Amino acid sequence: MTDVTTASPKRPRTRTSAVLAQWLPRLEAVVIPLAALVAGLAVFSVFLLALGKSPVDFYALIYKAGFSSAFSWQNTLSRVSPLLFAGLCVALPARLGLVVIGGEGAIALGGLAAAVAGLAFAWAPSFLGFIAMGAAAMIIGGAWIGAVGWLRIRRGVNETISSLLMAYIAIALMNHLVEGLFRDPASLNKPSTAPLPEHLRIGAMPIGIDVHWGFFFGILACVLAWILTDRTTIGFAARVAGDNIRAAQVQGLPVGPLVLGFTALGGAAAGLAGFFEVAAIHGSANASLVVGYGYTGILVAFLARHNPLAIIPVATLLAGFEASSGLIQRRMDLPDATILVMEGIVFVVILLSETLYGRIAIFKASFWARFGGADT
Amino acid sequence: MTDIGIWGVPLAILGGAIRVSTPFLFVSIGECLTERSGRINLGLEGTLVFGAMSGYAIAFQTGSPWAGVLAAAFAGGVFGLFHGWICKFKGVNDVAIGIALMLLGMGLAFFFGKPYIQPVAPDLPAIPLGWWSTIPQVQAALQVNVLFILGGILAVAMAWMFRSTKIGLTIRVVGDSTDAARAIGLNPNTVRLLSTAAGGALAGVGGAYLSLYYPGSWNEGISSGQGLMAVALVIFARWNPIYCFWAALLFGGAGALGPALQSVGVTSGYYLFFAAPYVLTLALLIFTSSPDKAMDGAPGELSLNK
Repeated sequence: MTDVTTASPKRPRTRTSAVLAQWLPRLEAVVIPLAALVAGLAVFSVFLLALGKSPVDFYALIYKAGFSSAFSWQNTLSRVSPLLFAGLCVALPARLGLVVIGGEGAIALGGLAAAVAGLAFAWAPSFLGFIAMGAAAMIIGGAWIGAVGWLRIRRGVNETISSLLMAYIAIALMNHLVEGLFRDPASLNKPSTAPLPEHLRIGAMPIGIDVHWGFFFGILACVLAWILTDRTTIGFAARVAGDNIRAAQVQGLPVGPLVLGFTALGGAAAGLAGFFEVAAIHGSANASLVVGYGYTGILVAFLARHNPLAIIPVATLLAGFEASSGLIQRRMDLPDATILVMEGIVFVVILLSETLYGRIAIFKASFWARFGGADT
Repeated sequence: MTDIGIWGVPLAILGGAIRVSTPFLFVSIGECLTERSGRINLGLEGTLVFGAMSGYAIAFQTGSPWAGVLAAAFAGGVFGLFHGWICKFKGVNDVAIGIALMLLGMGLAFFFGKPYIQPVAPDLPAIPLGWWSTIPQVQAALQVNVLFILGGILAVAMAWMFRSTKIGLTIRVVGDSTDAARAIGLNPNTVRLLSTAAGGALAGVGGAYLSLYYPGSWNEGISSGQGLMAVALVIFARWNPIYCFWAALLFGGAGALGPALQSVGVTSGYYLFFAAPYVLTLALLIFTSSPDKAMDGAPGELSLNK
């Protein structure tokens, strides 16, 4: 990926070609994923047709259940928060070329850490309690995924495999602790930590619909991550290291600390996903934390091409898909895995579309130069 | 049961190792073949789950477990072909495609597998290798499934193929250097496509073992990462099919630790024992990786090591 903002013009260019050179790659980065999304949905439509189901009904139901009314938006937006954080957990390390897929584990341990911190700070006022819970979730989540980065730089362990193995270990650890050390004796057939006191529950934002504060903080996290990756020297250094690690080392960039920092930040984001799930939804930590948000986060990040701002609309779209899952099951008599099939197909097509970048003529300035005459 | 006291634990681990290792064995020798050709397929987890579902469904429909195994191999081969075809395109990341196909494979398996959660399909046969003993625990531990033996033979055959046949040499050349392969007139894409398809077929068989023998039924939680752990196992086994066999036994043993201890009354820490194979895999990865050089025996074209 060449960044247009850093390309220094070696020879004087006219204004039109400069504008084209600046905007065409951006247009390409929007048009290709959108076209791939539409193509993926088209392939999925063929799948539905082959089963004798109507794609029109299917997509109409998604619109109805996810995006048509205040109630459906409430349904959608209340699911966005964990997807924003889980998407960041993949997108931040991806800046360095790392494919981290174990966010699920950091969500589970972050949620547990938040619940334990909340119980320890039950005496404290809400403000202090929330800070303690958020900090505990971020530290545990950050340390967990940060360890993946650390293993990568110190031992050369492949981060994709180690993060996934660590996700299984984290979930086992969470289950073990919830079953033993932190178990509330009152939780009978579903072992849980003790319920959080009422003043440490996160409520709805004052915006008229029932969407908890995790949505706001998720968007804030995406904006902050975007500033970090696209507007700071650190973000630029990370991108250089991601493009070519050898060149970055030759340039004297601190590749090790960058890897450690970006994986830890990604893990901290996943930890926050667990914090909001516990404090705003479940009220205690238990196995309900493990519902696959970490894996949907991988899809979110890849669809957004690892751009933190693009994560916001993509996560909203996928949250709408998931919000409509129940209605689709009932109305169309399809299994709940239907949405998973759709996501899988869309994911494959989007990744396949990576091959189109730089190969379509209308996104090249040279194509338009022909119409501008002696422009270049 | 005869009371054999503490000896029950190593026996249960041995028996468990043989039972649990078979899926690892098939997925890992399949992945070994794929990686030797210079490509990595992380989607084998999805292939394994889809193989488990399709094998179970066909075995139930036809009444023959072997038809199920064939169907699973065919389904796995199709997934492998698909992965191989997509990875051929320029700019497509094979690791990311693997993750996508993992999700797709699981999605399709859960989608089509819904009606097969209740019915009972016929099991694969086992050979009682413990007939010489009068102790029931020994007999139980040595109930060896035919697929385990087949997998062992296949591992030896594959090692021989890599070492002494033209096909093996071709795959090795393609895996080590695309340029060298082109220079001697080979088509790297075709070789990788076929190796990925064969690897997928083997992973499908591994899945059929899960649903048709141990644990022997189809449900959505049938695989807990075996497909992905097998990828790590191949690294640990240094891309050698015979080492894959031993490594699979080791992983199977780690997986059998929890149930074995449970059987003698150690029940606390169930989840921690459950995590033993993952901890073992991670420890082996950390131990065998190196920060500054590609690993010994690693195919030169493998994106994992670049």
